[in-house]
Amino acid sequence: MILSINIVENDIFNMLLIAAIYLGIFSVAGLFLVLLERKVAAWFQLRLGPNRVGPWGLLQTMADALKLVSKELTGTIKADKFLYNLAPYFVIISSLMALAVFPFTQEFQAFDINIGIFFLIAISSIGVIGILLGGWASNNKFALIGAMRSGVQTISYELSVGLSLVTMVLLTGTLQLSEIIEVQKSGWLIVQGHIPAIIAFMIYMIAGTAETNRAPFDMVEAESELGAGFHTEYSGMKFAYFFLAEFINMFIIAAIGTTVFFGGWLSPFGITESIPWLGIFWFLGKTFALVFLMMWFRWTFPRLRVDQLLTLEWKYLLPLNLLNIVLMALIVWLGLTIQI
Amino acid sequence: MSYFGDIYKGIKTLLTGMSVTGKVFLNNKNNSITQQYPDNRETLKMFNRFRGEVVMPHNEKNEHTCTGCQKCEIACPNGSIEIIWDRQIDPESGKKKKMIDKHIYHLGMCTMCGLCIEACPTDAILWAQNYENSVYDRTKLTKVLNQPGSKIMPGVED
Repeated sequence: MILSINIVENDIFNMLLIAAIYLGIFSVAGLFLVLLERKVAAWFQLRLGPNRVGPWGLLQTMADALKLVSKELTGTIKADKFLYNLAPYFVIISSLMALAVFPFTQEFQAFDINIGIFFLIAISSIGVIGILLGGWASNNKFALIGAMRSGVQTISYELSVGLSLVTMVLLTGTLQLSEIIEVQKSGWLIVQGHIPAIIAFMIYMIAGTAETNRAPFDMVEAESELGAGFHTEYSGMKFAYFFLAEFINMFIIAAIGTTVFFGGWLSPFGITESIPWLGIFWFLGKTFALVFLMMWFRWTFPRLRVDQLLTLEWKYLLPLNLLNIVLMALIVWLGLTIQI
Repeated sequence: MSYFGDIYKGIKTLLTGMSVTGKVFLNNKNNSITQQYPDNRETLKMFNRFRGEVVMPHNEKNEHTCTGCQKCEIACPNGSIEIIWDRQIDPESGKKKKMIDKHIYHLGMCTMCGLCIEACPTDAILWAQNYENSVYDRTKLTKVLNQPGSKIMPGVED
């Protein structure tokens, strides 16, 4: 009896420890993603970017975060106080929860759930509830329009993200992320699945960029039309939660892409197979390559209109995705996959 | 089948745009346009068309080319230029002639429109490319453009 209580306590302690480590690492990582975004934006626009705080401006976003923590939390009088305060936590918690299931190396995985992909898709749609709450509760027309657009966008593009991942699940035959990576020991899925996998990857990247509400799909924030969209009325740390969640979501989308299409922590051609802990560098390297791709999108393409956004999803991405699933099913059935 | 044609065209144009920005990204180290201003004060040089303030160039013999025709004063929309002139006897020819005493320029009022410089028939006044023009005392913004003891360059009026 005593023993079992000990085990339970130990488990809870371990869970709390892991949660604290993850929170610490990823809030700092989110800050550095913000810095990366600003640097990449500067390089795309022939500028230098932040270079004053710390060496090469490395501490710029830390200083920004400290400033945001010390700021007053203002709000509107007519706001629905409870929902208004709840919204940022919804957004940040849902994006941090998704991080738990990623296998960073063979051993470094907090929560190896057997419905990993499904869990990720489900969690990533919870974040939109936070955005809708925030827009609704702030009692501001710009925030409401931004939140409604976010609802439209996420409901539409959720389908494409899900279906493009389902296309790859046809190939792996499992939803568990560690198993998906096991399957890729005989070739990354984008090689195994060749043509339909490449189409699925393109659709996934487009829909994933839309999922995270980033340019060219940032109708939700649309600075030129809506002020700041759903977080117009937020200040201080509550605003920082929305901001951090956006960047962690970008990391999550890139990490799912890495895990499902590019072999996760597996090294190309197994060159560092004998040193398993190097996997985390491969994982992060591939993830940041995809993050860079999304930043490249952002600093190249102009923002879409709402009707163009819906046309792209319902007329092009969704039918192509359905066709692509049939194609992938045929290829798996006929055994035409490329195995290295 | 314009449907697939549209998809092909869409992907092609997106890739074209990405290649343009990608090239800029790769080449940015050599020609970043940012000037880190207070750090590069010694080496920073303004481009030729920059309008800092109106100056009157003098040659090494302390001679300018202003005839005192007052066209700049008339052209100035808000009276930033005042010319104090007098008829004096020219020591060389012995004839009475119009000569400037002071060419006064109010930098504090100037809108940098450049009409005076366009109006000048002898190119006596030009744009300077200096940019640190702020002062603590506004009387310092009233400048006398001709140097003391300067005279007109011979041959300008012919």
